[in-house]
Order: sequence, then C-alpha cells, then structure tokens
Amino acid sequence: MKKRYFLLALYFLLLFAPIYWMLITSLKTDSEILAEFTLFPKQITFEHYREIFGSPEWRGSFANSLIYVTLNVLITLAVAIPAAYAFSRWSFRGSHHLFFWLLTNRMAPAAVFMVPFTELYYAMHLFDTHLAVALAHCLFSIPLAIWILEGFMSGIPREIDETAYIDGYSFPRFFVKIFFPLIAPGVGVSAFFCFTFSWVELILAKALTVTEAKPIVVTLTAGIGAEGVKWGLLSAAGVLTMIPGALVVYFVRNSMAKGFSLGRI
Amino acid sequence: MARIELDNLSHAYGTDASGAGFAIQRLNLCWEDGTANALLGPSGCGKTTLLNIISGLLRPGGGRVLFDGVDVTGKSARERHIAQVFQFPVVYEAMSVFDNLAFPLRNRGVAESSIKPRVNDIAELLGLNGLLQRKSKGLTPAEKQKVSLGRGLVREDTAAVLFDEPLTIIDPKEKYDLRRSLRDVQRALKMTMIYVTHDQHEALTFADRVTVMKDGAIQQTGTPDELHRNPATPFVGFFIGSPGMNFFDVEFQNGACSVGEMVVPVACANAGPARLGIRPEFVEVREDAAANCLHCRIRVVEDTGVYKVLTLETESQQLKARVPERFAPAEGAAVWVWFREEALRIFPAQGEARP
Amino acid sequence: MRQHPWLFLFPALLIMSISAFVPMMTVVNYSLHNIFAGSSPEFVGLENYAAVLSDADFRGALVRQLFFTVTILLIEIPLGVLLAHAIPHRGSGMALSLVLLGIPLLIPFNVVGIVWRLFAQSDIGVIPSLAALAGYDYNVSLHAVDAWLTLVALDVWHWTPLAALLAFSGLQAIPPAYYQAAAIDGASTWSTFRHVTLPRLRPVLTIGVLLRFMDSFTIYSEPLTLTGGGPGNTTTFLSFLIARKASSYELGYAGAASIIYLYIVIVLSYVFFQLLSGKQGATAR
Repeated sequence: MKKRYFLLALYFLLLFAPIYWMLITSLKTDSEILAEFTLFPKQITFEHYREIFGSPEWRGSFANSLIYVTLNVLITLAVAIPAAYAFSRWSFRGSHHLFFWLLTNRMAPAAVFMVPFTELYYAMHLFDTHLAVALAHCLFSIPLAIWILEGFMSGIPREIDETAYIDGYSFPRFFVKIFFPLIAPGVGVSAFFCFTFSWVELILAKALTVTEAKPIVVTLTAGIGAEGVKWGLLSAAGVLTMIPGALVVYFVRNSMAKGFSLGRI
Repeated sequence: MARIELDNLSHAYGTDASGAGFAIQRLNLCWEDGTANALLGPSGCGKTTLLNIISGLLRPGGGRVLFDGVDVTGKSARERHIAQVFQFPVVYEAMSVFDNLAFPLRNRGVAESSIKPRVNDIAELLGLNGLLQRKSKGLTPAEKQKVSLGRGLVREDTAAVLFDEPLTIIDPKEKYDLRRSLRDVQRALKMTMIYVTHDQHEALTFADRVTVMKDGAIQQTGTPDELHRNPATPFVGFFIGSPGMNFFDVEFQNGACSVGEMVVPVACANAGPARLGIRPEFVEVREDAAANCLHCRIRVVEDTGVYKVLTLETESQQLKARVPERFAPAEGAAVWVWFREEALRIFPAQGEARP
Repeated sequence: MRQHPWLFLFPALLIMSISAFVPMMTVVNYSLHNIFAGSSPEFVGLENYAAVLSDADFRGALVRQLFFTVTILLIEIPLGVLLAHAIPHRGSGMALSLVLLGIPLLIPFNVVGIVWRLFAQSDIGVIPSLAALAGYDYNVSLHAVDAWLTLVALDVWHWTPLAALLAFSGLQAIPPAYYQAAAIDGASTWSTFRHVTLPRLRPVLTIGVLLRFMDSFTIYSEPLTLTGGGPGNTTTFLSFLIARKASSYELGYAGAASIIYLYIVIVLSYVFFQLLSGKQGATAR
C-alpha cells in the first residue's frame, strides 16, 4: 500500500514540476528570467498579469475562447444526445458503419481540414465568427460525445423506456424526467471532454479567425518565434489559460468520479 | 475435507447510512466434516462477512478459525484450500471452460497429464462435459455458476465449499436444476458445504443443518424441522415459516394466561409477562362460536392454490392462520379461533421487538 | 418505441456532413488539381499522389510519425495502467487524484508546448540547467536526440493521465469477487493481472490506444511550439509537413498528402480496433 502511494506522489511531483516552473516564471521579472536559474522568484511581480488584464486584445481573445467553447459544448450535446440514443436503442441497417464513419472523423488530422474549412466558412459568411470555430470543433467533439454517451445509455436497461411508455409517459416527458437524470453523469463527462477539446484546440481556431473571434490560444502564440520572446508575459498567459480547465475539472469532479466508478468511460 | 470451527470470533463489519457499524461478537460455531449446512439471515446480518472470514478473504478482528482443529486464522485463502461460489458468477471470460477448470491446478503446478482426467471427472459430475471447449463468456449464468463451483471442486484437497447466495441471478427455471445439482454434488462427494442465503426455502431444502443469524449473532442452529417446530427465539419463529409465527404479549397468572377473552392453558412456572408464539398452521379456525375461543374478523384471504392464508383481526391485533383450500368464509366474515396447545411456544417478554 | 432512429440522428448527421463531408470533398478536389495562386486550377489526375508518395520529405515524416506514435503508446498505456492501480479506490483521495490527473488534459496544446519550452529552453529552462550540472550539453534547438526526447517526454506528460483515467475507470468496473475467486484459485499476482485484470480492461484500453493513436498521429501544435519541426526536420511530423505545404499554397500536394494520411490513420485505427476488441464488429461496445 505504501509503495503505491509513493509511486503516485512521485508521479504527481513530476506532473506538476513543469506547471510549477511556468507559474514561477510568470511571477519573475524579465531580467531575472534571463539572468539566472532560480527555483523561486527572488522578487514576486504581477506586472505580467497586469499587462494582460490591461490589454483589450488579451481580454477580448479570452472572452472569444470562452464563447466558442460554450457554443461548441451546447451544440454538441444537443445533437449527440439524440444520436447516441438512436445508436444505443436501435440496431438499424448500416448503424455499425455509420458509427465507424463518425469515429473516422475523430481521426482526421485537423491540419487536413485547415484550408477547406477556411473556404467553406468564407462561402457561408461565417468566417471569423465564434460560430465558425464552434461548428468546426463539432467535427471532433460530436463523434467523441456520441461514443461516450452511447456507452452510458447502453448501460441503462431498455425496460426502463418500456415501463415509462406503459405508464403513459410521452417520449419527451420520459426523456426529460426519467432518462436524462440517469445519464446525467455521462452528459457531464461528455461536456467535460468537449470543453477540453475545444479549449485546447489550436489549428482550426487559428485558421478560422482573424480578429473578431481570435481565441486566446492564438494570441498566445503570436509572440513566439519573434526575437526576444516575452517569457514572463507568455507564462502568465499560459497560467491564465489553465484556470478555466481547472475550474471545469473541479465542477465535474463528482460526475467524473461517478462515471469512472460506473466504469463507463 | 474438514470440520470447521469458529472460536470466539469477533469482527466489525459494514456501516449503514447513519455511519453506525455492525459487529459479530464472540461467535462460536462448528460445522461437522462432510455435512451440508446453511447460514440463513436477512441482508446485513453478517453472513457474507462470516463466509469471507471462513474462506480467508477477511481477517477477523478477534477469535480463531479452526479447520480440523488446526488454527488457520492467519492463513490466506489459498492456503486454506477453500472453494467459494459467489453471488455473481465468476468465470475467467477469456478462457475456455476447460482452462477455467484447470486454472487452480495449473496455479499449483500440477502436471498437465494429471489435469486432464481430473477436469473431465469434474465436468462429468457437473454436467459440463459438452461445454469444455466453449469460451466461458457465452455461457448461461447457471452454467457459469457450475464452472465457478467446478474450479473449487477440481482440487483434490478442497477443505470445504462455500456458497454466497449462488442462485440470486439465476432464472427461476434453471434455479431448481442448479440447486439440485449442488445437492447431488454434496451427496456424491460428501464435502463440507456452507450455503449462505436469505431465502429460507433455499436454505431448508439444501442443508441438513441450518444456522439462523441476525445482527451478527447466531439465533439458532438445527435441522429444518427443529427450526420450524422449536424456534429458539421469536426472530427464528418469524423468519422461518410462511407466513411466520404469530406473537401475543401475555401475562401469566396461576400457570395460565389469556389472549383477549380466550384463556390459554399452557404450563409455565414463572408468573408475569411473556410472549406467546403460535405458527399459523396451528391456529384452528371455525365458523361458529364456541367456548373459550377468540373472536376475529377475516381481513384478507390469500389463496395459494394448495392452502389459504387468512389475515385475522381481533379488537387489539392481527394474526395469521393457514387453513385448507375448502375453507369457505370470505373477507369480512366473523370467525372464532383457538390454538393447538402442543404447538404453543413461550418466549421471554423482554426479548427483541416483534420483527 | 415508434420513433425512427434517423430522426434522432438527423441533427448530428447534418452538422457532420457540413463539417466533414464538404471539406473532405474539397480536399479530394484539390488533390486532383494543380493549383497555383492566381491561375485557374488544372486537372492532373493522380499526379499529386505520385508526387507525394515519391517525396522523401513525406516518407521521412511518415517514418518519424510511426516511430513517435509507437514510442509514446508503449510508454503511456502501461504507465497509465500502473498509475491506475496506485489511485485510491474511493474517498477524497480518489477525487483528488482524478482532479490532478485531469489538469494536464485541459491545458491548450500550444500552452503545453510553452510549458515545456520554458522547461527545456536552453537559456532559461530547468532541464538544461540540471543537465549542465551533470556535464551534459542539453540543447533542444541543436541536438536532434534532445528535441526528440523532449517531445516524447512532453507527450507522455500530457497524455499518460488520459490512459490512467481510462484504466482506472476500467479497474473500478471489475467486481471484487473476481479478485477473491483468483485468490481462492491460488493465482499469483501476475496471473491475476493477466487473467482477471487485463481481459476486463480490454474495452477501455482499446479506447485508450485508439484515442492516443489518432491524436499522436495527428500531433501538430506541440512540435510547432516546442521545436518548430527542427533541428533540421528531425521533428517534422505529417500534420506539420502538410500544414507547411498548405500555407505555401501547394494545395494539390497538401490535398493528396492529406488523403493518403487520412487513409493511413483510418486503416491503422481499424486494424488496432479489430486486434484489440477481439472481432466484435465495427462498433465500440
């Protein structure tokens, strides 16, 4: 038992070492970052954070990211829940192939879709909007959500549906009152994965936006590669992009634990 | 094969929603070699915990477990040579039935040449010979339970076989078959078997001796007939039998007591309060008034097809009676009952609350 | 149960068609034409495909890609299973472990690159400073081995938690009776793992291997931020190559490379899927 927890503790130490390094880098002055190797800032400074919060560009792109991520989660769940229900409750002609086709889209490298997406959304007058990014991310998040939700729904006996019909429930009422509460942990887990994916994705978000919907991840990379990278600023921005993720994990921790203990992920 | 003894066993187990724990306290019990036994009790009574202590999956908080007089308390499940069949069938799904049965032997380094005949023998005994090459994943629950039992039987040195509610998820249709094969195996191999269940029917039909447990304590051990005829506590009286025993709180005076207006002449040395128990089979019901009878009204008639169970109501309490099919009066009718003296049992008043 | 399944599938299929089918056809269209900025496209048949397949850059990237993916799968999946065994089975220890494991998965890909760049950058990072103490000149932008190792470390750091979370969910679903039975049957630790744990983990590990295969095979942002594909082209992977071609408007080449790439991913995924799920058909159930 002791050995197991030692292993786990060691792993978490390694896991958080790079994050710790980024955190303290964000709190160091630019001269300290470049001048010497210190495991703790000699002088803690919030100038980098101040610069970010003071800049409309940073603030705007932060908001942009949150908007398209939320849109993506909502669209994905709205279409994936019925689709997963169809896959879990009916075995219709071609259902297996359709399922695999959906999954193959999960496999498509984002780089492959970069240019055609740009053209498509130009044509649809959606280019550089939040909706464009949200829809593009659906390409990956819908198959994943269907996959996860289908697993949860298959774990719920059909008899529950049938009993509800016998009791005179209409389909929508059954779905909202009975079925949805049962799969709520699955919905939570799916939402978590969709959020994650959309939040961390860079290629499509970058290709589909210029200024109006420019996401934080793109603003972040703008400075990279140029002479004299502003490491302190970059670290501070990096730390800030981790916060929504950490919050989401914190809020879904219960449904995650439930989902995990059901073994349905 | 072995005689299994529990000596002064104590163990804390489980916690309910309020956080209060249960405990087995100072429990002494002995199962003779080669007998079929059952451990019967409601859920949460500690029977599964007790089973896991016997098999060595759990270490008791105190006391000893003896196999043939040898202390095995500190030994692992493997060293005890116990076989256990669980509530949910456990098979190694990736293996064939043959490999499942051979698994315990292979783990002990038995030569392949002696594994084969042994596995075939056991498969024959359990009626699995046609399935040996099948993947165990596709078997029915009843077949899986047989494989699970077979893995215990295949070792020649198995000291005892423990069953933990093995019929729970079996179809009613197959239940009967499987129960009979378990019984047949016991008869054929004369192995010590302990069968844990909350179903009195399963316990009474399987075992020669049944131990009734409640809240971590033993209520009574005896043959099915003894438990039925002579329950040691009101709990046993109520838990065994369908329906369970009727109870009346009475006051003894001059060697007799009364239930309502009826005087019950039973011998009892001590005067004072007591509980009177009578099984529904021994409650006689008549349609016309007679001397020294209890006047009741029929509240419910349940017809089983073989006999009828009446729920009767006096002014102060309810009781049940088992009457022949031909008994005519319907719900709402007035009847008079009396108790057969030889079937009356007296329990202390300060016992447990009526279950 | 009179509702028709297609009614339920329609919204998902509509979005997927717009998001997937139309762009896919566009890519196919590119791949069959020779496209230069400013002039009208010229149909060239399969010429682009031939060009891609005979291109040393493409083949080099493909080999690197395969090698990278195999490496990280061999590390991440076993390590994830090992970690899953170490996570407490219940209580606050479990919740805390799950939350901590979830964090790396929620860091934007390029931020992961930045985290590691800070960590490994030759002038400001921890690794070079520590390596210098050991007398080793560690430099991601000069030494191919260093760049490669750092990229593998990055991916293992980033994605092992996913494997661990999946394996943990699989472990949680194994009824304790299986382990009790194995103990009674006298199975050794290894034998228990081999015959009880592993078969029961198979479905979740299939998902884990597939997800990690797809994602690592399409890795893009991390090498972009960490190494920029260098030194030389030692960390230039397929996505990277295609994106570079596309952004220099070699759309015919990029399109053909994309189709070949996608084809490889799908075929390999299917093979993995069949191997791991034990011929259960084309669905993950």
